Amino acid sequence: MSVGVLDSRNLNGGQKLAVKYFIVAMVLFVAQILFGLLAAVQFLAPGFLFETLDFSVNRMLHINAMIVWMLYGFIGAVYWFLEEESGVEIVGLKLGEIAFWVLTAAVGVVVLVYLFLQIGAGDDTTRWLINEGREYIEAPRWADIGIVAVMLVFFYNVAGTFSKGRWSGVSGVLTLDLVALVGLYLAGMFYTTNVTVDHYWWWWVVHLWVEATWEVLVGCIMAWSLMKLLGARRKIVQTWLYIEVALMFGSGILGLGHHYFWIGTPEYWFPIGGFFSALEPIPLVAMVVHSIYDAGVHKFKSTNHPALGWVIAHTFGNFFGAGVWGFMHTLPQINLYTHGTQWTASHGHLSFFGAYATINIAFFYLAVQQWRGNVWMGANLADNGWKWKWSMVLLNLGVVGMTVALLIAGYEQSFIERAIEGSTWSGYFAAQTHPWFTQAMFWRLIFGIVTAVGLVLLIWDLATIGARETRPALVIERPEEPGIKAAVVETA
Amino acid sequence: MNTTPLWASETFWKKTAIWVTAVSFLLLIVLTFDSMAKVSAGSTARVPAYSVINKKIDYRLNAKLNRYVPVVESDAPLFGKTLSDEEAEKLVTLGKKTFQAKNCINCHTILGNGAYYAPDLTKSWLDPNWVDETNRETLMLAFLQDPAGNARSYGTGRRMPDLGITEDEARGLIAFLKWTAAIDTNGFPHNFKTLYAQENQ
Repeated sequence: MSVGVLDSRNLNGGQKLAVKYFIVAMVLFVAQILFGLLAAVQFLAPGFLFETLDFSVNRMLHINAMIVWMLYGFIGAVYWFLEEESGVEIVGLKLGEIAFWVLTAAVGVVVLVYLFLQIGAGDDTTRWLINEGREYIEAPRWADIGIVAVMLVFFYNVAGTFSKGRWSGVSGVLTLDLVALVGLYLAGMFYTTNVTVDHYWWWWVVHLWVEATWEVLVGCIMAWSLMKLLGARRKIVQTWLYIEVALMFGSGILGLGHHYFWIGTPEYWFPIGGFFSALEPIPLVAMVVHSIYDAGVHKFKSTNHPALGWVIAHTFGNFFGAGVWGFMHTLPQINLYTHGTQWTASHGHLSFFGAYATINIAFFYLAVQQWRGNVWMGANLADNGWKWKWSMVLLNLGVVGMTVALLIAGYEQSFIERAIEGSTWSGYFAAQTHPWFTQAMFWRLIFGIVTAVGLVLLIWDLATIGARETRPALVIERPEEPGIKAAVVETA
Repeated sequence: MNTTPLWASETFWKKTAIWVTAVSFLLLIVLTFDSMAKVSAGSTARVPAYSVINKKIDYRLNAKLNRYVPVVESDAPLFGKTLSDEEAEKLVTLGKKTFQAKNCINCHTILGNGAYYAPDLTKSWLDPNWVDETNRETLMLAFLQDPAGNARSYGTGRRMPDLGITEDEARGLIAFLKWTAAIDTNGFPHNFKTLYAQENQ
């Protein structure tokens, strides 16, 4: 094992595949920020790239790149710990490799089509080959089918490997969650003229992915990371995971109702959606308590400081972004005025970053540590670790700044466009031209640039951290099992 | 340790997680069947039949409910031609497919969902922007086929790009938007004054 040098011999089979996923994830992360910046500029200078790269294209690429890089991060993370967690080599790894290249080629083609063809005629061909035109799941149908096929291969790798090796609480939850993840995607793969029915099922995919199955998936990744980073006890970590699953699905599944207030669905969704979505922050509180408790019990002594830093950013970001920001406008009595305003964009920015970007970044640090031969990543890093610290500060500051700017724009829209003007087009534009709105959009762009600088620093850090480092990683003893390294997985 | 109380035990929470998930999902399935029965086009007043585009549609405050509801009134066929149920569905379908093919949702919202760069389209058929009933269809057709040339950006400088919408697609889009305006959205958007309301002032 070579310490301090990027060497694939430091990685097991699954980890070699995982780093491929992580690299594409980072490329897409850059694309997300780039197209986000272009869209942010267009709010201030609407003539910018008009009829070349319109807002609709930039916004679609901004969000699609985000969804896909997060999925790449999650899939990579699972491949990363699959062999350690199961105790055997990955079943069907070759197929998994092929699936990676198929998926990546498909993503590349879809992006090129989005950029250069953009739209088509109002017929079925457009939906199959160019753009489905449904928010967040714009990928044309051929790509949908490809995504499902690749996800099935991924599922086969996961379920097959655990079946051959050993099962644990983490792997059981993970495997069942993947069944739901693949199954739910199918709910978005049909056409209907009825826009109410369309939005009903579209939310099955969008909500039940991001507010239920994705949350449980990161719960599994978190659980494994805490054992790895801190040497947390499996029994405690898994008990928490079950609690989180119970709370997450108990609130999130019927919390879906908060998307059914205004789309033409019956009124009973008011109490159901309001009540259950009000409960949705609770599991996120549990996650904060859990991670901080574990970190505290282990006196913040971890094998990887940047990763632990990002895990803690994840728990707080998830709680504030998804929990607090979601709850603030979830009850129908306020949502009548905030629905379809920058309020939602504010919530979206903080929640996706807080809940998902952070945990992926934490995992990238874990990966790069092992890739460099399980190198030291504790205190006293080279140059005092300024790059990871500053990139973390800038990324968090940038996203929080955008969140607050968009929140102010959302308040202004809710009052002026919705409450006073009654949502007519002139009311919409009255709100868009108000100084409170335009100032907010200016600050959103500034903090977007801050985020971009943070990202550049993050990439630089990931590429260099641990280079020329000669110290091996800290070995953490498990209190109940002296002598066993955190990295070694105990039998469940 | 055998002293772990029930509430802190792994098996207890495992069983709880399974039961809570199963029951929640089962409830969602039951509610989904019920909702689907109530929102198929024409099954109840919530989501009207596509042939509602043959009628005059308004959106007014219902004093009893204290919220805005769509009101379907006298005959007012779209483009002056009364359509059968099948013809109406065909036209609205062309509109919906065009709505998706032109990626409208990544600037506009509909039913409040979408992007926030351009106005919500839920009640766009009724927007006072179209001045009055007589010119509305002509204005809408002209705008959709040459949005930059007919741009009204209200001082924002934002214009809709030319999306190559044909006349047939434009007619479909207008039919789709007229039908959408007749969906009972539980009072969203609130306090929306339609072009009829402004005419009567």
